Amino acid sequence: MKRIQLVHLAHARSGDKGDTANVGIIAYDAAHYPLMVEQLTPERVKEHFGPMVKGDVERFELPNLNALNFLLHGALGGGGTMSLMNDAQGKVFSTGLLRMEVEVPDEVAKAAAGRGRVPADWEPEVGGYV
Amino acid sequence: MSSTDGTVRVASGQGFWGDDLEAPVRQVEQGPIDYLMLDYLAEVTMSIMQKQRSRDPSAGYARDFVELMARIFPTCVEKGVRVVTNAGGVNPVGCAEALVEAGRAAGVAGKARIGLVTGDDLMDRLDDLLAEGHELKNMETGAPLSEIRSQVQSANAYIGATPIVKALGMGADVIVTGRSTDTALTYGPLMHEFGWAPDDWDRIAAGVIAGHINECGAQCTGGNCMVDWWKIPHMAELGFPIVEVSSDGSFVVTKHDGTGGRVTRASVSEQILYEMGDPTEYITPDVIADFTTIQLDEVGPDRVKVHGVKGRHDTEFLKVSIAYAGGWKATGTLTYSWPDAAAKARGAARILRERLDRLGHEFDEVRTELVGWDSTHGALVGPPPADIPEVQLRVGVRSSDREAVERFTREIAPLVLTGPPSVTGFAGGRPRVQEIMAYWPALIRKEAVQPHLVVEVKDV
Repeated sequence: MKRIQLVHLAHARSGDKGDTANVGIIAYDAAHYPLMVEQLTPERVKEHFGPMVKGDVERFELPNLNALNFLLHGALGGGGTMSLMNDAQGKVFSTGLLRMEVEVPDEVAKAAAGRGRVPADWEPEVGGYV
Repeated sequence: MSSTDGTVRVASGQGFWGDDLEAPVRQVEQGPIDYLMLDYLAEVTMSIMQKQRSRDPSAGYARDFVELMARIFPTCVEKGVRVVTNAGGVNPVGCAEALVEAGRAAGVAGKARIGLVTGDDLMDRLDDLLAEGHELKNMETGAPLSEIRSQVQSANAYIGATPIVKALGMGADVIVTGRSTDTALTYGPLMHEFGWAPDDWDRIAAGVIAGHINECGAQCTGGNCMVDWWKIPHMAELGFPIVEVSSDGSFVVTKHDGTGGRVTRASVSEQILYEMGDPTEYITPDVIADFTTIQLDEVGPDRVKVHGVKGRHDTEFLKVSIAYAGGWKATGTLTYSWPDAAAKARGAARILRERLDRLGHEFDEVRTELVGWDSTHGALVGPPPADIPEVQLRVGVRSSDREAVERFTREIAPLVLTGPPSVTGFAGGRPRVQEIMAYWPALIRKEAVQPHLVVEVKDV
């Protein structure tokens, strides 16, 4: 078994509702959804974010999308226009969660290496990406 | 049905107030659509519009919308594209008046009708509602509204599709509402076109999901998409979403041919999860949709089919968005260079804090972040490396005392000559003091709002 960051196994999007940030995380490969369900418990996600999340963490399962949805309560410094945070609307809690490490079989780690990260030689071109 | 294949095409043109101004123009010009929905509102937006209306009674709506219609009104009339928007914000009447003027200037006088939906604004009725026993408790904290009643600046009920369906039935070509839910701007037209009954829960729930996918514009067509983002083509002319809906409620998410971006299972899944709460109960004024029933299939290039959606009976309540004056805040920044950039920034923040303390100013919160190190992922990144090339110190303060915040804005620049060395990036001048319009979400019984909703249709 190997420990790898979630960024290689999943993609995510986050947003806000008042002082709560939500993070939806989606497995790239349906085969990896069960290990996310097993390892991304609300307790572990709460521990991962530490002082960034003042309240509880709730988790919901969406097996139809190979996805989990987390609600991080008390994460946005009061939320909305009250918050003094650079990320007052929780837009990048998504990538914050993708920093978390999970344990996977060696062959999964090998196949996932580099996934989710820009190739080192990439340069933007005129006309958009590509 | 509007299209020859029996589907109705609802295109999304704006995902928020401040979105790509060219996107809605491309939506009406570059291919066939039946409806253009334009979502301008968010929790924060209503507060901003309220502030604008308090300074100028004719303001308080998305002026961008009126400028947009001045450009696209003739094309919409010619092609028969109907427009549905919540651009009215906290002043839908003012918005509709400006729209009539813009329409006449654009040469569509006598050729189009405008539908105006009002009655979502509860501000003038607030004391009566409280007296009648509607507590309007904060949904997050449980506190009664009476605690902040004197600070309330605006109160609007989130209204559903009923008035939109009614306006379309009365022949409106452009419908302006106040705080319509974002999703109703998409499923309202579908209910009108297909004649779905108000208790046809599964189909209306499917329409809600079409609306949820549409409501953030390009966030489902490759914008802000994490999956191989560096390979997404032609982002400079990103295509915004179009939902092609069948009468059974199933639909295909797509975009016009030749536009940039990418519609895939991944791009649509990300948007489905955006601002999601409990996925089994996505509550709207018209139905509760279950997002765990959604099935996605890639059925062609840039075409994702959505089907299988289940819904259930609506609740007895509407959500209310209340904005109240919540004090003052400001944010100031300075940039520190190597060596020991982070140490210098933290030292400067300490000095600033001590100066404000000595002046006797009190703050409800002072927050220090290092942009370039921890302002996005906070405690997840640990302490900065000693050799970090640079950081931007970002200090925010919040107080009920405007004087304190005002003084803070005058204490940033002096740090350049009176604090740690190798500092720059202060050319923008003093930070601006901002009034906080805080958000108070509440619930209200439907019968307290719905009889007050008014739909009017008038000629341009």
